[in-house]
Amino acid sequence: MTTNRPNVIEVRNLVKKFGDFIANDNLTFDVKQGEIFGFLGANGAGKTTAMKILCGLQAPTSGDIKVAGFDVYHQTNKIKQNIGYMSQRFSLYEDLTVKQNFQFYGGIYGLSGKQIKERTEYFLNKLELSHVANKILKEIPLGWKQKLAFSVAVLHHPKIVFLDEPTGGVDPITRRQFWEMIYEAANEGITVFVTTHYMDEAEYCERVCIMVDGRIEAMDTPSALKNKYEVTSMNEVFIRLARAQSTEQ
Amino acid sequence: MKGFIIKEFLHIFRDLRTMLILFGMPVAQVLLFGFAITNEINHANIAVLDQAKDEISIKITDKILSSGYFDLKAVLNSPDEIEAAFGRGEIKEVVVFEPYFAQKLEKEGRVNIQIITDASDPNTASLLFNYTSGIVRDYSREMMENKQPPLQISIESTMLYNPELKGVFMFVPGTITILLMLVSAMMTSISIAREKELGTMEVLLVSPLKPIQIIVGKVLPYILLSFINASVILILAFTVFGMPINGSLIFLLLESILFIVMALSMGIFISTVSKTQQQAMLLSMFVLMLPTILLSGFIFPIENMPMPLQILSNIMPSRWFIIIVKGIMIKGLGIAYVWKETLILVAMTVFFIGLSVKKFNIRLG
Amino acid sequence: MNQKSVVLENVSKSYESVKALTEVSVSIEKGELFGFIGPDGAGKTTLFRILSTLLNPDSGFATVEGFNTITDYKSIRKIVGYMPGKFSLYQDLTVEENLKFFASIYKTTIEENYHLVSDIYRHIEPFKHRKAGKLSGGMKQKLALSCALIHKPEVLFLDEPTTGVDAVSRMEFWEMLKKLQVQGITILVSTPYMDEAALCDRVALMQKGHFMTINTPQAIIDEFPMKIFGVKSNRMFDLLIDLQSIPSTEDVYRFGDVVHFLNNETGFDMNVIYRVLKQKGHAEIVVHQVMPTIEDSFMLNMKKADHFNAVMQ
Repeated sequence: MTTNRPNVIEVRNLVKKFGDFIANDNLTFDVKQGEIFGFLGANGAGKTTAMKILCGLQAPTSGDIKVAGFDVYHQTNKIKQNIGYMSQRFSLYEDLTVKQNFQFYGGIYGLSGKQIKERTEYFLNKLELSHVANKILKEIPLGWKQKLAFSVAVLHHPKIVFLDEPTGGVDPITRRQFWEMIYEAANEGITVFVTTHYMDEAEYCERVCIMVDGRIEAMDTPSALKNKYEVTSMNEVFIRLARAQSTEQ
Repeated sequence: MKGFIIKEFLHIFRDLRTMLILFGMPVAQVLLFGFAITNEINHANIAVLDQAKDEISIKITDKILSSGYFDLKAVLNSPDEIEAAFGRGEIKEVVVFEPYFAQKLEKEGRVNIQIITDASDPNTASLLFNYTSGIVRDYSREMMENKQPPLQISIESTMLYNPELKGVFMFVPGTITILLMLVSAMMTSISIAREKELGTMEVLLVSPLKPIQIIVGKVLPYILLSFINASVILILAFTVFGMPINGSLIFLLLESILFIVMALSMGIFISTVSKTQQQAMLLSMFVLMLPTILLSGFIFPIENMPMPLQILSNIMPSRWFIIIVKGIMIKGLGIAYVWKETLILVAMTVFFIGLSVKKFNIRLG
Repeated sequence: MNQKSVVLENVSKSYESVKALTEVSVSIEKGELFGFIGPDGAGKTTLFRILSTLLNPDSGFATVEGFNTITDYKSIRKIVGYMPGKFSLYQDLTVEENLKFFASIYKTTIEENYHLVSDIYRHIEPFKHRKAGKLSGGMKQKLALSCALIHKPEVLFLDEPTTGVDAVSRMEFWEMLKKLQVQGITILVSTPYMDEAALCDRVALMQKGHFMTINTPQAIIDEFPMKIFGVKSNRMFDLLIDLQSIPSTEDVYRFGDVVHFLNNETGFDMNVIYRVLKQKGHAEIVVHQVMPTIEDSFMLNMKKADHFNAVMQ
């Protein structure tokens, strides 16, 4: 099934240098439509840089990179129209109401007033959060905010949604509800590109890519990786790969 | 305490932006004023009213015109034409020789040359006057140094339109005031707010440091830097503009330190009421800077303001400091004449230090 | 005095309309490594701010080494090390300058107390001339801990020291805490990562300003009131719904690469799971009874609390 789906992200020999420092060292990978792709790595391994490049926020030093069919060197505007982005740090405006946030982001992506209204109602009903539609964002709990932020990120039905540590600090029940939303989006054909420090969440991904020191150290399905390293959890896989590196230094 | 001050200096020297504001700003400001008000005379248009037309008056006229600084635009025939010549905007200066110039010099031993300038552009006016009078003085020294008793050509300056040369004299005290206020108040308030934003303030509060230690540690480096700043402005003012310092320099510097401490305590007060650097910056801008510029008498004369604003200007520390600086620099006054203003500043300083120590919480929130 | 290092007695704290802490009580022994486990908004930071004398409680009281946080705050400030949520370092100062500064405000020097931090500091010492802002998350965390330790505190308050830090750095960090504990320092640490609870002597599970339970991690697991089965099949996405249809099901949720299935029935037979799943067309079905984790307990407690609140309303 996986093999039939087209690639929505194609990365060939991505290199990004900052002066002498090599943040991304020759990365090559594909992500398929509707795939949940986990992007893991220690702090400073180069995840953020790679993600910025894929989102069209930063130009790579070299490499052929296509996101949603568009080239990251020249077609960044097209890319931005076709992706959604959400992170733990930046998501929604705290001093606007829930509805106003939806309106604002819907407007940015060129949705009509009617579309925004429909999509907003759809998501609020689905999340059972219609009662907070007119509340200022800072008055509602973090877990709800994260779910709303995700809805906003997929409001315009992007081809890919980038999630940068979306569940940091969220309680375990809400975290699972959040992942249900991710699965639903993937079922609808949205590709999910996600980073996380929760290793149990790595197990929820279809494939994970583990970065160490700017390079891709491993990339496969969670079960294949566990088999390969003969361990029982992704946490052990991660620690084995990342720690090997840190003791080398 | 020592560690604190070292750290504060490190912050300042590491941050290029802060350094630029601290030291670039005064130089930029002063130079800006300097170039906006041209300080170089080049082919300035003048007119001559020679009522004598004798050997000496013609010689002096030649001397002035051959200097290269001046171009003769018009030769006037009667004093009545002076006003009109200025009014047409063709000329910046008129040199007037009194009738029977050479004869009078011979007989009485002294004559007058009148130099009339357009002081609506006060800096140019004073420069023109300085250049012209310099040439005349040179001439008189050359020609008459062997004569006994010495003959004297006295030079009389007449300013049209702005006889007190207000612009120049106002600008240096005003600039010093604004810059000290900016550097002292804004910089301290931002640097304290930054610690709040970063969360380091929490760590400092949890340490055994007392609030007063934190405040003094924050403020001492800025007192020194602001003091250096004030000196830089004074030196520039003195060298670039020939602004006189008629009173005691030490007294002027002491008053500056007083004002700096006052501004710093206002800065601390601002930081106690703002949570982020942005807030601190905006508060300093609108609560300190704008009133300093608008209400201190720097730009708009206080006596021309509506009554409510005149009353309001009384609580502007900068108003009193400008009076002090002008008094010392221009009028050469001592403490006997500005004790009242000084006392007001001292009272304001005590008030703000007290307020900020009180507001500076030993806890959060 | 007694052997208690930190005591909280019915402490409540509100910000405007939000109740951050509601009548929480706990006492922590000297030399204990105690964890406050809970998501953002559980009240962890407020608790640390009260203990480190930065905030006064609205009601109740707290003591640290016998000193009251309101009246004896000066004494407390001399003996605690505090590491706030977002590694509070001066980004524009170098590693060494940061440590030097924090030593200086406690009137000590790096040299004098080097032995206290050497275990941690030597990891970052090779980078001592690098600015703190340029360090990776793991290194920042180590530097912040060094700074909190340099004055030889008796009690250490660490507010979410591992948040946003990768799994390897987190593991190393806990190894360091264990070493510090051996030196007799009482350590209070908060974290949103449930798996870290197992590394503490005792933990308080926190949610919405309440302690849901306080115990050793082992006891929390032992007291888990029902069996948990880890279930896998070829259709993981449908598992969640299909397992719900089994009678007396308490909860079904994803847990790593399996689905956790909780059933209330005493003497529940796990063959029921096979049978139901086969009926619904699943294949490659694997069922194991698994040990409960702190996370399982946390979720069950959360549900009970929510249920309780719903009933009360």
